[in-house]
Amino acid sequence: MNNFGYARADTVADAIRQIAGDPTAKFIAGGTNLIDLMKENVERPSRLVDINRLPLRKIENTAGGGLRIGALVPNTDVAYHPEVERRYPMLASAFLAGASQQLRNMASVGGNLMQRTRCYYFYDTATPCNKRAPGSGCSAITGVNRIHAILGMSEHCIAVHPSDMCVALAALEAVVHVVGARGERAIRLADFHRLPGDRPEIDTNLQAGEIITAIELPPRGFAENWTYLKIRDRASYAFALVSIAAGLEFEGDAIKEARLALGGVAHKPWRDQQAEALLRGQAATRDSFARAADALLRDAKGFGHNTFKIELARRGIVRALTQAAGRMPQSQSRKVVR
Amino acid sequence: MSFRCTGNSPRSEWRRPLAHKTAVARRAPARVPTPEKVAITLVVNGVKRELLVAPWKTLLDALRDDLDLTGTKKGCDHGQCGACTVLLDGRRINSCLTLAIMKDGAEITTIEGLAADGRLHPLQEAFIEHDAFQCGYCTPGQICSAAGLIAEGRAKTIDDIRELMSGNLCRCGAYSNIVAAIEQVMQGRKTRS
Repeated sequence: MNNFGYARADTVADAIRQIAGDPTAKFIAGGTNLIDLMKENVERPSRLVDINRLPLRKIENTAGGGLRIGALVPNTDVAYHPEVERRYPMLASAFLAGASQQLRNMASVGGNLMQRTRCYYFYDTATPCNKRAPGSGCSAITGVNRIHAILGMSEHCIAVHPSDMCVALAALEAVVHVVGARGERAIRLADFHRLPGDRPEIDTNLQAGEIITAIELPPRGFAENWTYLKIRDRASYAFALVSIAAGLEFEGDAIKEARLALGGVAHKPWRDQQAEALLRGQAATRDSFARAADALLRDAKGFGHNTFKIELARRGIVRALTQAAGRMPQSQSRKVVR
Repeated sequence: MSFRCTGNSPRSEWRRPLAHKTAVARRAPARVPTPEKVAITLVVNGVKRELLVAPWKTLLDALRDDLDLTGTKKGCDHGQCGACTVLLDGRRINSCLTLAIMKDGAEITTIEGLAADGRLHPLQEAFIEHDAFQCGYCTPGQICSAAGLIAEGRAKTIDDIRELMSGNLCRCGAYSNIVAAIEQVMQGRKTRS
């Protein structure tokens, strides 16, 4: 870790002022990803602005019937919040699928949005990586790429976003509230993270000097028919190879509304409204689920080690939709296959 | 993670440099003057401790090096093994992934602070009774994590204990005995004294 300066911010305005005009300074909240990356010399900030004392720790109902989660609320507190458990069980489940309880106690929801890829080459400063050192090349494309993207990647980067929370937020159509020197903005979760394109070093559409203040959930929570299915190399405390957030609403036997988002497959949570549209009006059958899976994966491409993810994702989507339709959401502690 | 691949032979179409970055060399680390050490206060195992820390000192290193509380172990130093688990304001955290300076004023309980009045903590007794360790390196973290788990009150089944203890690795493989020890304390069974 390199040496750095440290300052605390007491208000949001103070935080924005302290970070303004200094691209080498970073905010720190839980620190679980940033400090790890600093120890690896991947992140080398000159100064940290500690935002842990900002008043962003509330979970509140919104006037519109949704829920607003302050950016500094620890992951655990969202996962176990009674309103989240009752109205947005898919989100609670996604939180509990991620990391360990120690890390969930530390990590904030704002930081969860800002966490960086777990690509081995991004972490290894001895290897080329366009995300870490733009222009140096992508080692993963021709290297060991078992954990890498099958959708939305570019010739410059095939890294995936590691969050579970963000996958559920994508399915739930959450909105991210941010503030900067030029005022407040609300960014749809779908637009918050970027695809790599030719600027893989930029993960999100957050502008320099902006700070995340809250995540807002719309009223629709899919609390009847939902699942968060995470498929990984070990049963707990591992990043997803493929994860699926699924939510369904029914009118009689027909699917009225469907939401489907995937983690572990792309540079951002992958939601495909074309695939969702194929489910509307259909009965909850294996065939209709398989058609949606095929549509979602129509452009999927493997790089050798990760090619298995395409079939894994296809089967995972069918299984997740079956769990959601059958009101048998995946338990995050009892990992039986059903 | 220091995984290194030897099989990344160049394939020109995938390794073409980014046009807008070709002239840019690797980022040089910003040169900044070394900041002064800062005075902070930690309440560790019920005792107020004042110390001077550089901003980059982790809570783990402050406990071990500055306060000589070496019961908390440094395993991976990256939040992957749980050996550094302590209770911060009653909640279990990885002390390797937080900076001491960020925790000014916090209450911290380490393995050294669990025994009271000359008696081991029930979890310490249960770990001995169930032989829930072999080399013992992960044990302080396991016990602090289990104390946090019991305080959370979320674990109802064996599956829940396993899942909620998954942030603590034991490379000797004492898991079944660790789970049995925790289960015993959760159920409030009388332990050997």
